[in-house]
Amino acid sequence: MSAVVTEHDDHHEHDHDHGPSKGLLRWLITTNHKDIGTLYLLFALAMFFVGGTMALVIRAELFEPGLQFVQPQFFNSMTTMHALVMVFGAVMPAFVGLANWMIPMMIGAPDMALPRMNNMSFWLLVAGVLMLASTLFMEGGAPASGWTLYPPLVLQTGAALPFAIFSVHLLGISSIMGAINIIATIFNMRAPAMTLMKMPLFVWTWLITAFLLIAIMPVFAGAVTMLLTDRFFGTSFFDAAGGGDPVLYQHIFWFFGHPEVYVMILPTFGVASTIIPVFARKPLFGYSSMVYATAAIAFLSFIVWAHHMFTVGMPIAGELYFMYATMLIAIPTGVKVFNWTATMWKGSMTFETPMLFSIAFVVLFTMGGFTGLMMSVAPSDFQYHDTYFIVAHFHYTLVPASIFILMAAGYFWLPKWTGHMYDEKIGKLHFWLSAISVNILFFPQHFLGLAGMPRRIPDYAVQFADWNMVSSIGAFIFGFSQLLFLWIVIKTIKGGTGEAVTDEVWEDASKHGLEWTLPSPPPYHTFTTPPEIVPTEHF
Amino acid sequence: MKKAKQLIACVILMAMGLESAHAAYDLNLMQGVTQISHDVYDLHMLILWICVFIGIAVFGAMFYSIYYHRKSRGHVASQFHESTKIEILWTIIPTLILVGMAIPATKTMMELNDVQDADMSIKVTGWQWKWEYEYLDTGVHFFSSLDEASNRARQLGSGIDPRSVPHYLLNVDHPLVIPVKKKIRFLFTSADVLHSWWVPDLGWKKDAIPGFINDAWTYVEKPGTYRGQCTELCGKDHGFMPIVVIAMEQADYDNWVAEQKGLVADANAAAEKEWSKDELIAKGESVYQNNCASCHMADGAGMAGAFPALTGSKLVNGDINSQIDLVYKGKGMMPAFGQMLSEVDFAAVITYTRNALGNAVGDSVQPSAIKSLKSSAPAQTDDKDEDDKDEGNT
Repeated sequence: MSAVVTEHDDHHEHDHDHGPSKGLLRWLITTNHKDIGTLYLLFALAMFFVGGTMALVIRAELFEPGLQFVQPQFFNSMTTMHALVMVFGAVMPAFVGLANWMIPMMIGAPDMALPRMNNMSFWLLVAGVLMLASTLFMEGGAPASGWTLYPPLVLQTGAALPFAIFSVHLLGISSIMGAINIIATIFNMRAPAMTLMKMPLFVWTWLITAFLLIAIMPVFAGAVTMLLTDRFFGTSFFDAAGGGDPVLYQHIFWFFGHPEVYVMILPTFGVASTIIPVFARKPLFGYSSMVYATAAIAFLSFIVWAHHMFTVGMPIAGELYFMYATMLIAIPTGVKVFNWTATMWKGSMTFETPMLFSIAFVVLFTMGGFTGLMMSVAPSDFQYHDTYFIVAHFHYTLVPASIFILMAAGYFWLPKWTGHMYDEKIGKLHFWLSAISVNILFFPQHFLGLAGMPRRIPDYAVQFADWNMVSSIGAFIFGFSQLLFLWIVIKTIKGGTGEAVTDEVWEDASKHGLEWTLPSPPPYHTFTTPPEIVPTEHF
Repeated sequence: MKKAKQLIACVILMAMGLESAHAAYDLNLMQGVTQISHDVYDLHMLILWICVFIGIAVFGAMFYSIYYHRKSRGHVASQFHESTKIEILWTIIPTLILVGMAIPATKTMMELNDVQDADMSIKVTGWQWKWEYEYLDTGVHFFSSLDEASNRARQLGSGIDPRSVPHYLLNVDHPLVIPVKKKIRFLFTSADVLHSWWVPDLGWKKDAIPGFINDAWTYVEKPGTYRGQCTELCGKDHGFMPIVVIAMEQADYDNWVAEQKGLVADANAAAEKEWSKDELIAKGESVYQNNCASCHMADGAGMAGAFPALTGSKLVNGDINSQIDLVYKGKGMMPAFGQMLSEVDFAAVITYTRNALGNAVGDSVQPSAIKSLKSSAPAQTDDKDEDDKDEGNT
């Protein structure tokens, strides 16, 4: 690459400054990691509101017993589309956006290794999500079989089925291209002084996540292709009448699905490990054990999939194996939580908005971890499975974990990206509204599940009425509070508080990462020559 | 106003803490009515307390640090950043706790799995959206679906307050009846998509999978009515296929079995009888509302794009035998009603749809004709069940 650039400079001296193209075309054809990062982040934010609106349709219907607003079939479409949009349209693209912006700046590289593929993977994502969204308007409605797309139910989908499957293919291709790009960048473009064990944890967690993605997305693509041939080409992969097995799909799906949920949580760990030390004014505690714990969690994610299927009737040996293996996940996850706590211990802490979101993440993610541990116990899972208890569990590990950390990352790096300071008062208001309402929203769902309310039902017995009402109130407060974040993002881009932002933004941040040695906002191209020295304070 | 009061009550209960709310609201897992459900409850509590204990330790340390180690109090940051000893310590201690959890969990798992030496067996088949129960020892056999009162109230915009319906969404027309103090083995399968059979008081749930047989068992100590629901998403009416189990003393159970056999004889007699068209139409209306209206709508208008209208339908207004054939065997999302409906109900609903809902074909079909159809051409599902037994995955 450098050879090409040198030649370019020799022969075309008039064209040194590769600034962005003008107008809308800039965003369509850009190969710049910062532009593409911005595109990913804004797209994810838009999808967060689309998926959130669907969640509010669900919570509005569940506000009271009886059906008030939507038919059951549409309700099922909403639960399905909410999950697919949030997973594939919001959380994953948001982390890819962060990777695009931050990885080159954190490792001292000028850009991503494969910039044109970078552009393509973003636009494929948009195509995939738009195609998925278009199924809402098709005959028979959007897929309504849950995001797991279990056969035989999913085969009853109307005209939407092939479109949903093709959009999964597109999203898979986009993710794989993004993952290849990240791996190629991290392995080839680090500043010479940046050895693997000096990389920021965000880079480490993304490196491991990228390998997970490459391993699992083809598996999911394979599973949905088998659905396609079962429906249209007369195969019987999942149909017992033709010698197939519906449970086979579940095994394949969760071989993808379990690592997939870690795709959403590992980069979360990385961002938390980046933010907490800055505001504790202390090095991250146990850097190398954090790296090993991440790798251990990634490895375990491949060998625990059937804990999603304890009730399908596996042999006892299978049930016990998957129970033991699942329990093991608690060990590396615990190590991470202990390390974050030890990082705060005897620090000199301040509580700006990114730190508040990060602390809330550690506490509330741990609560999600606890319920995860409870569900690893197969006999108890026979009660918890497919109830609101699991809905509460995975929302605790996704909303006040992944989403909170994405918010934290937004507040943490927005001043760097834009060169403007966000409004701290409104940021804190956003935090407290979110942190309180997210618990009003999800904590009562534990009670509902334990009391016997199944998930994915549009209407419920009257003894579940009170907690559903509380949960719905929490949902609406949480949902509307997020508009504050939108307002802050827009205002910060437009100039923020007008307060001058230094290069390192946060006190002594430059000790913690290379990105804080760059100007705020960073110029269009950064680290065209690699930095000589990288922060070593951590290690 | 009532709602506002409830809302305030909820908020107050939350504020008062969870213990005081316990009396009025189910917050914790139910203990259930079997030994297994008690074992599961004990496991649940054990792990819950372990989590609470770890939570207090970790969050305690964290909040101590947040309070005392803050810059505004002038605390100066230490710069320590690793300790292999402590890392090993907080790897080994959780491992030991996990081993302590795994031992009782394994024991309960083995018990749950032991279906041997059962006193009787009941085959449970999931359908969209009802349960079929077949007592393999006595031949008693029936379908169990959402009761009429709930079904009326749960329609979009029904105007009926669910609170006025007893056991709203948790009541069925034909409950499953079992004797107490007997080990009962359940066999689960499905006729269409995945379902899952869950009665929380029994302590477990099990998936019903088309083409495969799963098993589970229970031993209920005390008589009572225990309610549950389908817990695997099975389509539009997934939320509306409850389960009701009534556990009875053996003598009561024996009476119930005798009564059921009498009902079968009555049904056979009714199927032999010659019915007038008006009788069939009258009977067919309630059959239609219970079985067909949730898709084809109460007035037969259907739902555009998803479920065809019956009013003016070519099939309903055409040859009666093609309509019978389709309803009997099902097609796509339309379930096969051949086995689900009795001969009388089947004949009645066919006659009803052809002479009501805006249709006026004028003809009718006798239950006896359906009966001869059943004996000459068993529905496909019967054949499939035979295959299932051969392929059983356990």
